[in-house]
Amino acid sequence: MGAGGGVTLVSDPTTEVVDLAATSLRELNSRLHALTGADGEPQRIVVANPRGRHNIAVGLDVPVEVVVDGHAGYYCAGMNKLADVRIVGNCGPGVAENMMSGSVVVEGNASQSAGATGRGGLLVIRSNAAGRCGISLKGTDVVVQGSIGPMGAFLAQTGRMVVCGDAGDGLGDSIYEARLYVRGSVAGLGADCVEKEMGEQHLAEVRELLERAGVSGVDAADFRRYGSARRLYNFDIDHAGEY
Amino acid sequence: MCGIAGIYSKNRATAERVGESIALMMHELGDRGPDSAGIALYREPVPEGDSKVSLYSADPGVDWRLVVDELGIAFDGPVAHSVRASHATFHVPAEAAAVTEWLALNRPELRLMSAGRSIEIYKEKGHPDEFVRRFTLSELSASHAIAHTRMATESRVTTEHSHPFSTGLDLCLVHNGSLSNHNTLRRKLRREGVTFQTDNDSEVAAGYLMWRMREGAGLEEALSGCLEDLDGFYTFAVGTADGFAVLRDPIACKPAVMAETDDWVAIATEYRAIAVIPGAEDAVVWEPEPARVYTWERVAA
Repeated sequence: MGAGGGVTLVSDPTTEVVDLAATSLRELNSRLHALTGADGEPQRIVVANPRGRHNIAVGLDVPVEVVVDGHAGYYCAGMNKLADVRIVGNCGPGVAENMMSGSVVVEGNASQSAGATGRGGLLVIRSNAAGRCGISLKGTDVVVQGSIGPMGAFLAQTGRMVVCGDAGDGLGDSIYEARLYVRGSVAGLGADCVEKEMGEQHLAEVRELLERAGVSGVDAADFRRYGSARRLYNFDIDHAGEY
Repeated sequence: MCGIAGIYSKNRATAERVGESIALMMHELGDRGPDSAGIALYREPVPEGDSKVSLYSADPGVDWRLVVDELGIAFDGPVAHSVRASHATFHVPAEAAAVTEWLALNRPELRLMSAGRSIEIYKEKGHPDEFVRRFTLSELSASHAIAHTRMATESRVTTEHSHPFSTGLDLCLVHNGSLSNHNTLRRKLRREGVTFQTDNDSEVAAGYLMWRMREGAGLEEALSGCLEDLDGFYTFAVGTADGFAVLRDPIACKPAVMAETDDWVAIATEYRAIAVIPGAEDAVVWEPEPARVYTWERVAA
């Protein structure tokens, strides 16, 4: 998808545009960190000309809407708390890593380690995510409308991941209690990850996540569930080859 | 760290701007590799039977015109040359094998950077921005080019330790990552007659490819062999006479992003180095999968 042009700029006193072609990244992030959520502050900040810069809109901790109008580099919207960040383009590695709450939506593709170690909030990827999506997930919900690459949800502890397309090899390797739902094919399951039965509560969970992510036309009944066989929780010499 | 940048033009207008584009890409990857920089350019191919060689001289006082005269006498014909900073490229009316043999015997103090019919390799220690300026890269046209910015982890910072490494006629390799079995593999390859200029781990990967292809493997087969025989982390970009190839290790430890438009195909370690190419806003952008060989080649007309 092309970068830019995804945002209609209207004259709106509650919207502020920060142009990274003219403003430094440090100034942008300082501006975002200075927000307190008080009346009179902009409710929406549009970041123009991101051109793959790293660390855009990291460490936000107020309920503000941030629109990154183009492709972002590494760690975009990392450590997010309360804010809603939308990237109208692709993202480099580690988008929304360590998110606490709020939401991050990537309109394009995400590079590896999307949503890594996230503790809360919602990460939505409208296209595909590369390898290690949701690695070491600790509570964030991840919805991918396309497919994910290899080693998805590696070591994922808690949180949920919904993949509308396919999953690459090694899905859920050494997984703990995160719940994984995949609609398409799974190239291979990682150590101690198994397919599990889809109960009513799981169908409801998928429906809820798809709805929160704004995904329509996808039937929860088409998904299969994967999770931990719980054989690697304690060291057992009989399973030594699986670690 | 380290940065890789590659661009392959699909038409003449883009080819005119390849030097300019790759210079911008190298600038973006400067902080991934501030120690040294290098580039392989594929440009102005010489006729069949002739060859092009790029040489580096550690002695700044070298008289390149003398080398031109000597080569002209040795191969009985006109020799053209162009000097770029510490390097010079020669067009010699003889096959590359004969020329490189002559150089090794008669001019052993000059380092052979590349040989073939269209490849030119330039590399030097120092910041990539300084490299681009000294070697006046921006003015060069090329059908395709592969560049590297180096942050050394495994061996010293010298011109010889810099990338790209030649892996045969019109072939070169750049590497982002580190190999852990390079000493063992180097010993093995030396027994097979492969020579090395340095103790650099990436040069071993280049030597490995050279050996596999000498033994009859095609480029894709030789690259697939890396998955079995190399231990470590790598994103490789390999330049060929007609295009380039990309391979990442089986767990894709080192980053890489690819982009394609109607005018060009590009690879870079980070997207920001693609964003600077004219037309990048309309490119299809994706990440190459681990353990898969990607190749782009100009189809013969």
